[in-house]
Amino acid sequence: MTEMTEITSAVRTAETVAARLNRRYAAERRFRLLGLASIVLSAGFLVLLLGTVIAKGWTGFLQTQIAVEVAFDPQVIDPDGNRAPEVLDTADYPALVRNALAARLAPDADRGTRRDLSAMVSTMGAEQMRRMVAANPSVIGGRATLWLPASDKLDMVYKGQAPREVGADGNALSDRQLGWLAELEKTGQIRKAFNVQFFTGGDSRAPEQAGIWGAVVGSFFSLAVTLLISFPLGVATAVYLEEFAPKNRWTDLIEVNINNLAAVPSVVFGLLGLAVFLNVFHLPRSSPVAGGLVLALICLPTIIIAGRAALKAVPPSIRQAAAGLGASPLQIVAHHVLPLAMPGMLTGTILGMARALGETAPLLMIGMVAFIVDIPKSPLDPSAVLPVQIYLWAGSSERAFVEKTSAAIMVLLLFLVAMNMAAIMLRKKFERRW
Amino acid sequence: MQTVTLAALLLLLSSLAFQMGRKRAFAVASGHPGTLHSLPGYYGWWVALWCGLPAFAILAVWLMFEPSLIRALVIADLPEAMRQLPAERIDVIINEVRNAAQGHATANPDFAAAAEHYNRLQQTGFAAAVAVTVTLALAGATFAYRRVHAELRARPRVERIINVFLVASSTVAIFTTVGIVLSLLFEAMRFFHMVDFVDFLFGLSWSPQMSTRSDQVGSTGAFGMVPLLTGTMLISAISMVVALPLGLFSAIYMSEYAQPRIRAIAKPALEILAGIPTVVFGFFAVVTVAPVIRSIGGAFGLNVAAESALAAGFVMGITLIPLISSLSDDVITAVPQSLREGAFGLGATRSETIVQVVLPAALPGIVGGVLLAVSRAIGETMIVVMAAGLSAKLTANPLEAVTTVTVQIVTLLVGDTEFDSPKTLAAFALGLMLFAITLGLNVIALHIVQKYREKYD
Repeated sequence: MTEMTEITSAVRTAETVAARLNRRYAAERRFRLLGLASIVLSAGFLVLLLGTVIAKGWTGFLQTQIAVEVAFDPQVIDPDGNRAPEVLDTADYPALVRNALAARLAPDADRGTRRDLSAMVSTMGAEQMRRMVAANPSVIGGRATLWLPASDKLDMVYKGQAPREVGADGNALSDRQLGWLAELEKTGQIRKAFNVQFFTGGDSRAPEQAGIWGAVVGSFFSLAVTLLISFPLGVATAVYLEEFAPKNRWTDLIEVNINNLAAVPSVVFGLLGLAVFLNVFHLPRSSPVAGGLVLALICLPTIIIAGRAALKAVPPSIRQAAAGLGASPLQIVAHHVLPLAMPGMLTGTILGMARALGETAPLLMIGMVAFIVDIPKSPLDPSAVLPVQIYLWAGSSERAFVEKTSAAIMVLLLFLVAMNMAAIMLRKKFERRW
Repeated sequence: MQTVTLAALLLLLSSLAFQMGRKRAFAVASGHPGTLHSLPGYYGWWVALWCGLPAFAILAVWLMFEPSLIRALVIADLPEAMRQLPAERIDVIINEVRNAAQGHATANPDFAAAAEHYNRLQQTGFAAAVAVTVTLALAGATFAYRRVHAELRARPRVERIINVFLVASSTVAIFTTVGIVLSLLFEAMRFFHMVDFVDFLFGLSWSPQMSTRSDQVGSTGAFGMVPLLTGTMLISAISMVVALPLGLFSAIYMSEYAQPRIRAIAKPALEILAGIPTVVFGFFAVVTVAPVIRSIGGAFGLNVAAESALAAGFVMGITLIPLISSLSDDVITAVPQSLREGAFGLGATRSETIVQVVLPAALPGIVGGVLLAVSRAIGETMIVVMAAGLSAKLTANPLEAVTTVTVQIVTLLVGDTEFDSPKTLAAFALGLMLFAITLGLNVIALHIVQKYREKYD
């Protein structure tokens, strides 16, 4: 009898153990799944972010254009017939565009209709005619079929970014304009072409005229200033701290300082730039020089830390061999250690530059949020930079700027990817394992 | 542009000086370079440094003070009535004059005259700079050139100068910190002359809108930073709720479970996430996340503000995932393998080992990483500027719009800034607080991480 109970209890124990083991394995699987889920979720956010930007932005690289047969009417352009440049320059080209559109779409147009008509093309269309006349006055009196850029509203509707339902409320285009659009489509007189303006223009209040070239040039100037200042300073500091500095309180202080500077919020550097570079040294506001200086201070710690790591990786035997041949400490560093550490230092510098390229907040402090149409010609001219341009466009209310913002983000990310690839390739090519 | 030309000229002179110095060294050695104290190149460097250094030093000083000097001279020459204007009006006038000087038309004859004066001053100044620097360069080069002889200890001298440069470079970091602290302190002190420090620290209402005229109603704004701090804390807390579990579990999975193949995909993905500028995340928050949260809230009958703290905090959390995951990854891999093996030997499953052995051992490091992430969240600017609100509300409801310290700093300083109004100076006081808070968090975090590292090293 007792034997039976012993056996049943043993069976019961085995059962409970097995059940608990199953529970534990299930917990193990759940835990593992949780880990995988969080990675998938994080990667999912990245995909969602990039997907959003690409979906909203790829059409920004295209520009809607309308084929219009314009007449270079001498009566409008140059009634006196003496071809004076000022007269040609200030002629009423918008009227010519308007007339040409009316002739094609609504021959007996009244005032309101004509206003609707001219709202379909960008003011760049008239500008295009003006440039043609300025370049070659002999076109006056002739006719030509030009592809004129559409207005931002027509652009949005044609690209499918804005609703296109005849009769709906709150449409970007009136029903009449939608009718004209359908007619243009039927005859193939509307197309999407590569948006040259986006890559060559400066900022503009009109979305279809806004371009990123001004911001790209501004970013380039700023980064050039940043590189010129932070690279030599960063390398020199790294060399001093790693190769020459005595171990004492002062160098400890410098080290702690650099580590803390790396973690100071960038907006604080902006305040420093405003108080020192603008208010004390009176550098020009919103200029790449001031921006580049602030960015240089921001990425200096990154460069120093990367530089020290690169110097640390050079084995001491190199130094000893050079010293054995009679090189002075500085010769050891300049002729042997530094060249070997250079790839690592350059990698760190490129990564620091990439961070500086995406930095926005400190530049807002020093006035780089101004609306600037002109392409900067020197680092002293007021200019925008790419991330600030993105910020400005993101705050614009016109629907068409969402597309421009996304397209600009794509360009910025492309630059960042290129810089990071360069850094990775540099590391792959020159990295040495001792 | 002129300055660049001048700098190029000086560089050219220096390189000429290098060649001359080197030749001179060979000449004084009369065919036996072995009799020289240093390699001939060092004599060249020595002469070149004598040529270039003083000239560039003068040029740098000139560039630093030229704008303020010319500005002061132009102001001194303005008509009496204009000089009496307040400082910010004078700034506007100077800008006008500068534009006129660059050839833009101006209607005011005073400006035209001032512009002419401005141009004249600039030309005279530049001419003087050219004369002084070139003379200095030539004089320095000649002086050094004549002193080249075989016993001259050229290498130690050149090396000493380079050493000075290295030491000076390493102090730039110190000067940056000192500059930050001083500029923040200086402007904040001016602010605290106008607004009581205690009111600023403990005041419950923030409305920095100062009227332009003193007789307007409500001419004194309220500068209590408590609502800003609570807003910052709310958004940071939301971001940590998102980032901590995701970052930590990603790190655990990658260091304890993942096959190399998954690691090879997940690690770069997180690095890309870390490399995307925050302005892009701000845009993402505005166009994608905020509308989604709003419609989800609407489905539950909740009224979600367009600029809810939840949207900003959520997106900020996404940006912090890589930071937390990489820091946690470091500390988890630093936990000695023997601890894990001990747990496995006792029959623990992997997850039990992680939860009961690895994580407790790694806890200090993880806490340090979390503190660093919190400090980053507090200082993060672009996401909240774009996705969080402007009005300072004292609330803990994540569906409402709150504002943060960084948002206020940016809003106060963007646009026209007048440097004598408490509105502008408040930004510096906020910056000082931000600097103090983040610095404190960083010091504590680095200390914890350091301590932890020593334990297993």
